[in-house]
Amino acid sequence: MVETGHFALVLALALSMVQAIVPIAGSHRNDARLMAVGGPAAVTAFALVAVSFAALVVAYAQSDFSVLNVVENSHSQKPFIYKLTGAWGNHEGSMLLWVLILTFFGALVAAFGRNLPPTLKANVIAVQGMIGVAFLLFIVLTSNPFTRLLPAPMEGQDLNPVLQDIGLAIHPPLLYLGYVGFSVCFAFAVAALIEGRIDAAWARWVRPWTLAAWMFLTGGIAMGSYWAYYELGWGGYWFWDPVENASFMPWLAGTALLHSAIVMEKRSALKIWTLLLAILTFSLSLLGTFLVRSGVLTSVHAFATDPTRGVFILGILVIFIGGSLTLFALRAQSLTAGGLFQPISREGALVLNNLFLTTATATVFVGTLYPLFVEAVFGDKISVGAPFFNLTFGPLMLPLLAIVPFGPLLAWKRGDLAGAGQRLLAAFGAALLTVLAVLLFVDSASVLAALGTGLAVWVMLGAVTDLALKAGWPRVSAAVGVRRLAGLPRSVFGTALAHFGLGVTLLGIVGVGAFEQEAIHSSKPGDRIEIAGYALTFQGINQVAGPNYVEDQGHFALSRGDAALGTIMSSKRLYTARGMPTTEAGIRTLGVSQLYVSLGDPGEDGSIVVRVWWKPLVTLIWGGALAMMIAGAISLSDRRLRVGAPSKRWKQPTVVAAE
Amino acid sequence: MTRKQKRLAVIGGGIGFLALATALVFVALGQQASYFFMPADLKAATLAPGQRIRLGGLVEKGTVVRGQGTEVTFAVTDTEESVKVVYAGILPDLFREEQGVITEGSFGTDGVFRADSVLAKHDETYMPKEVADGLKEKGVWNPN
Repeated sequence: MVETGHFALVLALALSMVQAIVPIAGSHRNDARLMAVGGPAAVTAFALVAVSFAALVVAYAQSDFSVLNVVENSHSQKPFIYKLTGAWGNHEGSMLLWVLILTFFGALVAAFGRNLPPTLKANVIAVQGMIGVAFLLFIVLTSNPFTRLLPAPMEGQDLNPVLQDIGLAIHPPLLYLGYVGFSVCFAFAVAALIEGRIDAAWARWVRPWTLAAWMFLTGGIAMGSYWAYYELGWGGYWFWDPVENASFMPWLAGTALLHSAIVMEKRSALKIWTLLLAILTFSLSLLGTFLVRSGVLTSVHAFATDPTRGVFILGILVIFIGGSLTLFALRAQSLTAGGLFQPISREGALVLNNLFLTTATATVFVGTLYPLFVEAVFGDKISVGAPFFNLTFGPLMLPLLAIVPFGPLLAWKRGDLAGAGQRLLAAFGAALLTVLAVLLFVDSASVLAALGTGLAVWVMLGAVTDLALKAGWPRVSAAVGVRRLAGLPRSVFGTALAHFGLGVTLLGIVGVGAFEQEAIHSSKPGDRIEIAGYALTFQGINQVAGPNYVEDQGHFALSRGDAALGTIMSSKRLYTARGMPTTEAGIRTLGVSQLYVSLGDPGEDGSIVVRVWWKPLVTLIWGGALAMMIAGAISLSDRRLRVGAPSKRWKQPTVVAAE
Repeated sequence: MTRKQKRLAVIGGGIGFLALATALVFVALGQQASYFFMPADLKAATLAPGQRIRLGGLVEKGTVVRGQGTEVTFAVTDTEESVKVVYAGILPDLFREEQGVITEGSFGTDGVFRADSVLAKHDETYMPKEVADGLKEKGVWNPN
């Protein structure tokens, strides 16, 4: 089985080479038979990588310790679900997952691209094939997960306990679906450059892929954030860690792409810019892969550091980013510029959105890479952390959030800012009242916290206003309004929900940032810790044996006033195979807020350090992200996109030769 | 406005925007980037009072003292020099004597380093990179 997996992988590499070369040659010679090779090659490559991936998962499921990768990352006593997820909880396996998803998207293009012009389809599939070749070569040459180990040991070294969590089943696949999903947009962009033509129909084909990738990336980042929050035991949801930034940069650029593609689809404007964004977004995904997988950074994600791997990925990075940008520089001139619009218009608002988002991406880029640059050039070791990003990213995001509600209310081509402002008056009033209410009624609220809360309310109500206006409210009766609402295209709901979710996330961030409370207490059984109106009574610690760990469980009785609210359990585990301790925080959700209890070290007098946080509104951070993800799915189900990219009926009026 | 003027306006606006962002970035990097030191490097360094740095090295054997309440003191060493560190809070799971550690904070007037965060390694095979590099330079690197 293991050899089958290895063999399938090499076969997939060979097939990807065919996929990378033959269709593009076909489109060059206008040979339909050669172009037709692309589709089946892409589908078969996916099937082969799937076989290979399945072989690795089976090796993990069976605890086959004759495979080096399994020995290094598994253990016979490990719970079954973590045996499966452990298959991608290591460098080799996670690269295989990366390629699996890449070939999956290639196969999807082949399957759903029936309406695509044959040359465009051939080129897109070929570019996907090239990416596949690069990464399959990387796996086969430097990161083979199927290496055997002789003689096989009796027992494995177990997976890093931090990764033994359900988060590993969700976070990497979602994140990769996002990261790698942008490869399709990239392939479309490069194909358009190869052909030297791009039009509104192109944007219509690219938009659903962007939307899907963006949706998964949103989910992946949010899941990673929540995982870090509950697993690392100190209750932070975002650390501006370089590895987090690596996934955040493609998200920011992808969000910009999502918006500029709308302008291109509807108004035929911003073509060259959209193309460039598509290239940049995937380039940032590749950069993220490089940062995380090469070992230049140290983090939970950097599994193993082997210099040849770093150099190999750097090579891939240079070839794809350099190649596509060179192609862009050579060909972008031949693409015609699009329609005209006034600065105050939907297009203008979306341009502003792009300006803010790309600049924000650039600041994150600088903050992430500057330490690497300084170390390489000056030899100094510095770190750039949260204060830097608060000072740069923050000021860029706040004005963007403030203008979000205006965008959807402006008309295409020439908008009426005063009119939009007038219609947003109610939302603005409510936001203002929120600011006042927070200042007056919440203890220890700073002006900044009040303004932040108001901004969040403004973004949320702006989205509601947009929907209400589109339903005809307040001019029409409720019944007519509901009927109109039902008749709106789903993408309108998608937009409104995504913007609403953004406001919700912001509210959560402001809530935790401004109103978090913390209590550190050296506790003995019977001690009370009071926080945010709640009281925790420490009941003591007992030891419990888990499947592959022993656990010290601390129990706390929670109460508010006279009402008992049950108990919270927080523990420290010692994973026996690696002798590695982890902290399992005790978390109790109360409304949308949470109490977070973490155990520290025992003192000499038999007491134990207990750290408790009150995290107001914290769940909204991920709730908002979930809303954005659902919004993406709703937009994706819009009829225009579901029917698939433009059918023949659409093509006639929209396709304009660009020359 | 003609097309050309409009394009100029857009490009001008974009450049102004970028300039503003660049200025922000430079100011922030100047103020907020914190440098990494090993204890022996500190002699040659001139630090402004209260300047945030990251101090890395090994936790010296026998120096970890859990004081009253939540305060912990320990010494960070690079085998040449050692620096006393005070930290109030929960130490990371993998904090141990003779293991690599990075602390972030600033020196008080009494010469004691007050850390507000302590980072240890993520798993038992990994040492913070800066510490590993620093130990290698001093020739006292011991991978086990």
